[in-house]
Amino acid sequence: MVLRKGLFKKPKNDLEGVSWDASGISVPDKTYFSCAGCRRMILTSDLEENLWICPRCGHYHKVPARTRLSWITDEGSFSELFADIEGIDALDFPGYRERLARERAKSGEREAVVCGTARVGGYACAVFVMEPFFLIGSMGTAVGEKITSLFEYAAKKRLPVLGYTVSGGARMQEGILSLMQMAKTSGAVKRHSDRGLLYAAVLTDPTTGGVTASFAMEADVILAEPGALICFAGPRVIEQTIRKKLPAGFQRAEFLLAKGFVDDIVQRDRQKAYLTTLLSLHCEGGPGCEGYRTGTGGALA
Amino acid sequence: MKAIERVQAARSPKRPTAASYIANIFTDFLEMHGDRRFGDDSAVVAGIGRLKGRPVTVVALEKGRGTEEKIRRNFGSANPEGYRKALRQMKLAEKFSRPVVCLVDTAGAYPGQGAEERGQGQAIAENLMTLMTLKTPVISVLIGEGGSGGALALAVADEVWMLENAVYSVISPEGCASILWKDSSKSAEAAERLKLTAEELYGLGVIERVIPEAGEDFGPVYAALSEGLGAALERYSGMTTEELLERRYMRFRRMGGSGG
Repeated sequence: MVLRKGLFKKPKNDLEGVSWDASGISVPDKTYFSCAGCRRMILTSDLEENLWICPRCGHYHKVPARTRLSWITDEGSFSELFADIEGIDALDFPGYRERLARERAKSGEREAVVCGTARVGGYACAVFVMEPFFLIGSMGTAVGEKITSLFEYAAKKRLPVLGYTVSGGARMQEGILSLMQMAKTSGAVKRHSDRGLLYAAVLTDPTTGGVTASFAMEADVILAEPGALICFAGPRVIEQTIRKKLPAGFQRAEFLLAKGFVDDIVQRDRQKAYLTTLLSLHCEGGPGCEGYRTGTGGALA
Repeated sequence: MKAIERVQAARSPKRPTAASYIANIFTDFLEMHGDRRFGDDSAVVAGIGRLKGRPVTVVALEKGRGTEEKIRRNFGSANPEGYRKALRQMKLAEKFSRPVVCLVDTAGAYPGQGAEERGQGQAIAENLMTLMTLKTPVISVLIGEGGSGGALALAVADEVWMLENAVYSVISPEGCASILWKDSSKSAEAAERLKLTAEELYGLGVIERVIPEAGEDFGPVYAALSEGLGAALERYSGMTTEELLERRYMRFRRMGGSGG
């Protein structure tokens, strides 16, 4: 992985935080890197051992999708689905093909979300984790198709869905087709929901735009990571519109909790235990996912 | 006509707004206010009326005419309570088996401080999810600007139509140009690239019908919509709920999917 330009760039708006920039996200990959929270030099290995949370200031850094999967899923249980679906340049948009190639090289992923089935604390579930290092997790047709297919699969197999969101919103380069993915994914979430199945989402920094206004906000249980920016319109756009400064902490996870838009904020080291308990409360003997408890299930066979 | 000229036409202050469509297409219109949660958003006009004798629910994004009304309507950019007001009327339409006609004309959902505090994203998401399985026919007509998620929140429908000079896009040409080329003056080029005209969107399979315009006389447009909506609602009202919802789901399911 290459150290991206812009790692030390100041954000255009303080509320957006240092590490979020429309041009791309820095992947810490050298021996040391500068923490976006405290700007001190941190050993990359220290960061990784600390769940990508700065050991000095506690800042939550962005995490590659497969690293998250390794934290959340039971060892060896993840089985990827829909891996071959990838973005297409349907509108012949300038520079998009090259951008896709660069994002693939940078992230090692073919698209901005990883989907599959796994066990979490012994419970079988469908999972999706969005990839912050692929076009900031933006939603084009491939992301929409993968999320939709996952919810359809989970509805058919009667599996709960756990999802981690991170997204700059709808992917501009696929134009109106990206916008339509908001409706498409919402339809699949609703069908899954109407079968009495659980969907829990963990919103991570940043979750914005068309993803916030579709499947991120449609979960039965909505959790957030500390400090995550969660919004429809970003702070920069709002400040340009209303021509005044927004208060500190605006649109952060703690703000959304206070305003009643997320169920709770869960620290990284507690997430697996939390999700396991949540699954147990919905799956043990319940009508939602009978037969998919530890050791009983054909769902993942 | 270039794409940017369509954008200009769609935004023209001379263009009729939703109120004119409501007055010319529907009779017995009774406007219903408020979302029963927070307030009444004037950017959204909702109510019950008749289309060729049939009771229908009408939900519209209204930009307003003249400075004073435009300000009162927030230039057609809705807050969460506007989307929740729309949703309330749609749920009532479902209860009384009335079809829903949506008229869309907005630069986008309002990017304001209060809008975010009250859950703009959540409000739009709830509309998308609910409309996807609303058990009554829904037809949406884009009459001017279709700005991103704020337009889509009223355009999850059995059919989506556009006026010839309406535009529908994931981002404004200005926003796109400033991200792509750091230069909002290149919006003409961005407008071309985004494929946001009625004709192009018809070609992409995103809309079902383009309503021709004839300059400043919108009489023929109202007549065509009245006839067209009457016929379409007749057709969709004849379907079983199961068939209706399966068609609606598949309408969006195939967009940008493996099936093309």
